[in-house]
Amino acid sequence: MSTTVVNTGTEGKTWGGGNKPLNASYGKMMMWFFIVSDALTFSGFLAAYGFSRFKFIDSWPIADEVFTHVPFFHGNYPMIYVAFMTFILIMSSVTMVLAVDAGHHLNKAKVTLYMFLTIIGGLIFVGSQAWEWATFIKGDFGAIQTKGGNILQFVDTEGQRVALGDFVVAEHKDRTAHERKNGLWFVSEGTLPTYTVEEVIHGLETHENVLVRTQLLDEHGHKTVLSREESLKQVKENGKLVVEGANLHVNEYGSPLFADFFFFITGFHGFHVFSGVIINIIIFFNVILGTYEKRKSYEMVEKVGLYWHFVDLVWVFVFTFFYLV
Amino acid sequence: MSAHADTHAHEDDHGHHHKETFVTKYIFSQDHKMIAKQYLITGTIMGVIGVLMSMMFRMQIAWPEEPNVLFEALLGKWAPDGVMDADIYLALVTIHGTIMVFFVLTAGLSGTFSNLLIPLQIGARDMASGFLNMISYWLFFLSSVIMVLSLFVEAGPAAAGWTIYPPLSALPLAQGGSGMGMTLWLVSMAIFIASSLLGSLNYIVTVINLRTKGMSMTRLPLTIWAFFITAIIGVISFPVLLSAALLLIMDRSFGTSFFLSDIFIQGEVLHYQGGSPVLFEHLFWFLGHPEVYIVLLPALGITSEIIATNSRKPIFGYRAMVASILAIAFLSTIVWGHHMFISGMNPFLGSVFTFTTLLIAIPSAVKAFNYITTLWKGNLQMNPAMLFSIGLVSTFITGGLTGIILGDSALDINVHDTYFVVAHFHLVMGISALYGMFAGIYHWFPRMFGRMLNKNLGYIHFWVTAVCAYGVFFPMHFIGMAGLPRRYYTNSNFPLFDDLANVNVIITIFALVGGVFQLVFLWNFFYSIFYGKKSVENPWKSNTLEWTASLKHIHGNWPGEIPHVHRWAYDYSKPGHEEDYVPQHIPLKDGEEELQH
Repeated sequence: MSTTVVNTGTEGKTWGGGNKPLNASYGKMMMWFFIVSDALTFSGFLAAYGFSRFKFIDSWPIADEVFTHVPFFHGNYPMIYVAFMTFILIMSSVTMVLAVDAGHHLNKAKVTLYMFLTIIGGLIFVGSQAWEWATFIKGDFGAIQTKGGNILQFVDTEGQRVALGDFVVAEHKDRTAHERKNGLWFVSEGTLPTYTVEEVIHGLETHENVLVRTQLLDEHGHKTVLSREESLKQVKENGKLVVEGANLHVNEYGSPLFADFFFFITGFHGFHVFSGVIINIIIFFNVILGTYEKRKSYEMVEKVGLYWHFVDLVWVFVFTFFYLV
Repeated sequence: MSAHADTHAHEDDHGHHHKETFVTKYIFSQDHKMIAKQYLITGTIMGVIGVLMSMMFRMQIAWPEEPNVLFEALLGKWAPDGVMDADIYLALVTIHGTIMVFFVLTAGLSGTFSNLLIPLQIGARDMASGFLNMISYWLFFLSSVIMVLSLFVEAGPAAAGWTIYPPLSALPLAQGGSGMGMTLWLVSMAIFIASSLLGSLNYIVTVINLRTKGMSMTRLPLTIWAFFITAIIGVISFPVLLSAALLLIMDRSFGTSFFLSDIFIQGEVLHYQGGSPVLFEHLFWFLGHPEVYIVLLPALGITSEIIATNSRKPIFGYRAMVASILAIAFLSTIVWGHHMFISGMNPFLGSVFTFTTLLIAIPSAVKAFNYITTLWKGNLQMNPAMLFSIGLVSTFITGGLTGIILGDSALDINVHDTYFVVAHFHLVMGISALYGMFAGIYHWFPRMFGRMLNKNLGYIHFWVTAVCAYGVFFPMHFIGMAGLPRRYYTNSNFPLFDDLANVNVIITIFALVGGVFQLVFLWNFFYSIFYGKKSVENPWKSNTLEWTASLKHIHGNWPGEIPHVHRWAYDYSKPGHEEDYVPQHIPLKDGEEELQH
């Protein structure tokens, strides 16, 4: 055919056709565009989070007061554990880079080692997140939710948080079980809080040094502490529900939207990490079986590496918006 | 006989001995040409359902609460004694919108022609990943099936409008369709988004990596530019709809309050607090507006190709056309607020969105003028594809002009959610994109099936459709200006609107005639697949590469080497050539200058 000898006029041009203008295989590019798309899903969530947080900018929970626990240690260590989680995840990105680099040198032993370390890092992160969730769900000090949906917390005169258990005494009581004759026996019941609102009111009346702190932030970013009279009045008039910990309906730290977004966004991210670990494990076994060695290309490792770095990058944003600012 | 019909006849006796079995060729095919046909047929079936729905609710609007045999037959318990129920009216409007926007004009149009034309026009053997392409189609099929199944839910299908604003969509007890119907709607759309993502990824990387030698970006036919950019918009905007849908599912099923604030139902306070339905509107319209261009751009690309070919003239302003596609794509992502002028959004934001919205008029006008200047003094070949393309230019201009009114917040507030809006978007994106789709089918039918559609039936189809489309949507501007709100089941309770009753009857008659005449097209389409006149190899004397491949079904498109490309796609009536067209794979003659590079 004459076309094979005649020049097309685009010889040597990057976008002239018949070549790979971005120097990337189609699979790698698909991963890139998938990442763009997934990034926009996360952007949608984070934008929604920002929108809702801005709506309650004067009463949003303070992250330093929420995430204070470290496993095996008692006491107040704000942000320590999440910093550890973040460090582990970033280190797993580093080992992933080393795996990809070893892949370029077709060094099977090193790829295996670094993929293994990456998987371990991912598993530690997912496990830590589960622990973080469990702690958040359990809560620590307990609070009262008002009829208007606001949260009243308790502090002593020095401003230190006081747990409900420190000043409220629970009277032993039997729960009336739903029975067949009530027609409600098939309805499942939620767990009751340890204390009732009346018991909290009683405890507050008998402990002179306990005050109520509202979720409203003052101009210094501190929560407003009410006077002794105001405290009693608020709890008596508006107290509706005792809240311990956080779930999708209530949140002892403040706005329920904080908990809704925390569970949803970190959950969605955790799901991504978990899928990443599964994919990494598949690739890990392929490496061991020598699939890529036969292919003389470790590009698959590179592709899952792209995904893994993306998941890490998203965590940096989630971490920033939920914990730091 | 074409290869297609041939295998059909013999599939039973020796189909299994071929390399491609019946299943791998017609059902789980990885060949882009077959997948295009699958998209087209599925889209057509969904289109029939969507149009039938619109004919039914138009009858309700024209003759409110009158018994109708058709309702009794088709709607069953939803039309006791043949009178349409108000709930099903809302559901019909909702599902009509959903089906037409997503299943017909997104998947049916983009899915069909991106799949058919991208590999053929850029000179590739197939899509980058045939496997993902197949998965993409079958996810679309699954989502179509779920959407259709949702019509048979006992409490009714989703009825919150195609925009599914909460709280109607978020509280399962809000209305009949908010329960299982809405759940199925969301499931269907989530699968649809996955399908669209896989399809788009394939289109993008195919265009980047698989262009044949010589097919530089500035030699790409405008169809490919349109499909390429459409896929990019899809990758950017659909995931945000996914975010909105997932948050909505959380609100519906797990008790979160993302989109719900304090709500009473029957005197009971629900536990939701703090959420905002306006947040949903923001997330939805961040997809919703680019979606308009996902629907429209492929139609504009198809039109560019058909108008140039059938005017026997180079497209006017190729680079301006590409630039306007890029500009539209960029602007489409920063204008979503113009759907929300009366949502309670900050009025200052309203004026920002007014500004960005009106900017879109510039690239749109560039396209409209370039179509007209391409037609100017052309040697016009008035075949059905050309007529539908010119029809598109007409409805694009008519609908675009009302867009300037609706894009201005001060003016929009007066006609928001009236029939004026219905008229605007049906003309500018609904009818325009539908015309683009019809034009594409008439033009590339020989490429798909090796046979020609009947031309005379095509003329009848076009003229009746064109008259009826304007007959339906032109009067809607006036009743909208008069204040008639959209989505109302009946207007007979408002004496204010009594004068408009006759107009609504006229609109409905046009809608019914236009709807019934689509049968002409359907008959022409299905008859011609099997018995149409056999097509010659390049029936429209077109320049693009798809006509250099044999019309027979060959997996890999070209039996021998893939042709190289030496010129742009619009060398029509070029001086110094005997024919009035020079296909892209013909090398330049000695001393011949390339027109566009």
